[in-house]
Amino acid sequence: MLTRRIIPCLDVDRDRVVKGTRFQELRPAGDPVEMARHYYQEGADELTFLDIGASPREEQTVLELVQKVAREIFIPLTVGGGIRSVEDMRRALEAGADKVAVCTAALADPELLTRGATLFGSQCIVLSIDAAFCDDSWYAYSHGGRTPTQEKAVEWARKGEALGAGEILLNSIDRDGTREGYDLELLQKMSEAVNIPVIASGGAGSLEHLARGIEIGKADAVLIASLLHFGDTSIPAIKEFLAARGVPVRC
Amino acid sequence: MKTGVVNYEAGNLHSVLNALRFLQEKPVLINRPEQLKQVDRLILPGVGSFGAAIQALKSRQLFSPIQTWLGNNRPYLGICLGLQLLFSGSRESPDIPGFDYFPGLLQRFQVRRVPQIGWNQVWWQKACPLTPEPDNPQFFYFLHSYYIPPEKNRADWVLGLTAYGDISYPTVIQSGNIWGVQFHPEKSGPLGLKLLNNWLEGAGGSNVNQKNNSLPGR
Repeated sequence: MLTRRIIPCLDVDRDRVVKGTRFQELRPAGDPVEMARHYYQEGADELTFLDIGASPREEQTVLELVQKVAREIFIPLTVGGGIRSVEDMRRALEAGADKVAVCTAALADPELLTRGATLFGSQCIVLSIDAAFCDDSWYAYSHGGRTPTQEKAVEWARKGEALGAGEILLNSIDRDGTREGYDLELLQKMSEAVNIPVIASGGAGSLEHLARGIEIGKADAVLIASLLHFGDTSIPAIKEFLAARGVPVRC
Repeated sequence: MKTGVVNYEAGNLHSVLNALRFLQEKPVLINRPEQLKQVDRLILPGVGSFGAAIQALKSRQLFSPIQTWLGNNRPYLGICLGLQLLFSGSRESPDIPGFDYFPGLLQRFQVRRVPQIGWNQVWWQKACPLTPEPDNPQFFYFLHSYYIPPEKNRADWVLGLTAYGDISYPTVIQSGNIWGVQFHPEKSGPLGLKLLNNWLEGAGGSNVNQKNNSLPGR
C-alpha cells in the first residue's frame, strides 16, 4: 500500500537553516547538510530545501548544498525558492534535485509549469502555493507571502494541475510556524479539488496535528519544519504515532 | 566489469550516477552506440514518457544496439521507464513500439491519484539475488503513471508485486540477465542502495544463476 510521506523542510538562508513564524521572525535552526543527514538516517521519506533568500548569490548556495547532499543522501530531494525559468529548473535537476518547486514565477507566468513539465516531466514540477484567507476565500500570494494575487488558491491548484504540475505544496501563511495545526478546511478543499498529490505545510505543532492533516485534510504528505528542527519530536516518533492511528507509513 | 548508464536526458540520470559512485562504481555514460563496446553491463534509467524516451534513443542511434544487447542476454537493469521500455508498448504512446523483450502493453492507473508518488511495498514472489533472504514486503520509492498489467502477475519472469489502489501488478522482473525494477533503487535509501549493489556484485554479472527458486513457505 502506498504510504503517506513525512518530509522535513529545510528553509535555507545563505548557508543556514532558519525557521520563522508567518513567513517572518526567522530563527536559526542549524547546518543544512548535517540536518539533511540526520533526517535521512532517521527515515525521512523525502527532503525539501526552500531557498528563502532567493537572491542570485544565495540560489547558488542552495544548489551547491543540494549537490553535496545528493552524493550521500538517497531519497527524493525537492528544491524551491528562486526558480524562475526552465534554465533554473535544469540547473537544480542537474545539481541532483528530483523535483523543483515553483511559486512566484508560476503566478507571473503559468506556462512555466507547462514548459517545465514538457521538458522534464510532470513528476518534476511541484506547484507551491502560499495561501492566506482574505475576505471570502483563500488566495495565492507571491514573493514569499508578501504579495497578494487575484488567484483563489484552490482554483489556482486546479489550473496548475491542468498546466502540468505533478504535485501541490500547500503552505498556509496564516498558520506558518504558529503550531496551531494545519488549516484543515483549506487542505481538505484542496485535496478534493485535484488529482495530483497534495503536500500539507504550515502550522503543525503536534503529532495530533499531523494525523489530522492526513485523516481530515486528506494530505498525501506532510511537510514539517519547526516540529523537527527544535527537537520536539523525531521522524521515528512521528511514524510510530501515525502507524498506531492506522495511517500507512514506511517504517 | 564496466557499467554503462544510457544517457538520453532521463530525469533521474544524475541520481543514478550519484548512487553508483557512492557504491564505488565508475559508470561510463553511453551517448553513442560505439560506446557500448566499452561496457559489460547496462543500466537504463528513466523518468518521463514512453514515446519520448524511445525517440530519444533512436535519435542517438541507441535503440537497435540496445535491442541487440537484450537479444544477446547481456546484463541489463532497467529502472522505472527503463523497465517499461522492455515491453511491447504502452498506452502512453500507442503507436510507438518498445524493445518488445517482454510481451505486453503498459496500462495507465485508473485511481484517484496519478502518478503514484511515494513509498510502496514490493511483495517478493520468489527468491531473488537482488535481495537475498528478503523481509517481505520491502519499501521502495515509486514514481509512475503506467504499469505492467496484472494478467502478467503469474508469469515466470515476475519476481515481485506491488499493490496500488485495488490492483496488484508486477514491479520486479527478470529473464536471464535482463532485469527491471519499477521503483527507484537510487532514491530508496539504504535498502535501495543494497539492491543496486547486489545487482552490481552478482545479478548484473554474466555468470548469474538464472534459476528462480521458490521461497519456502510462500
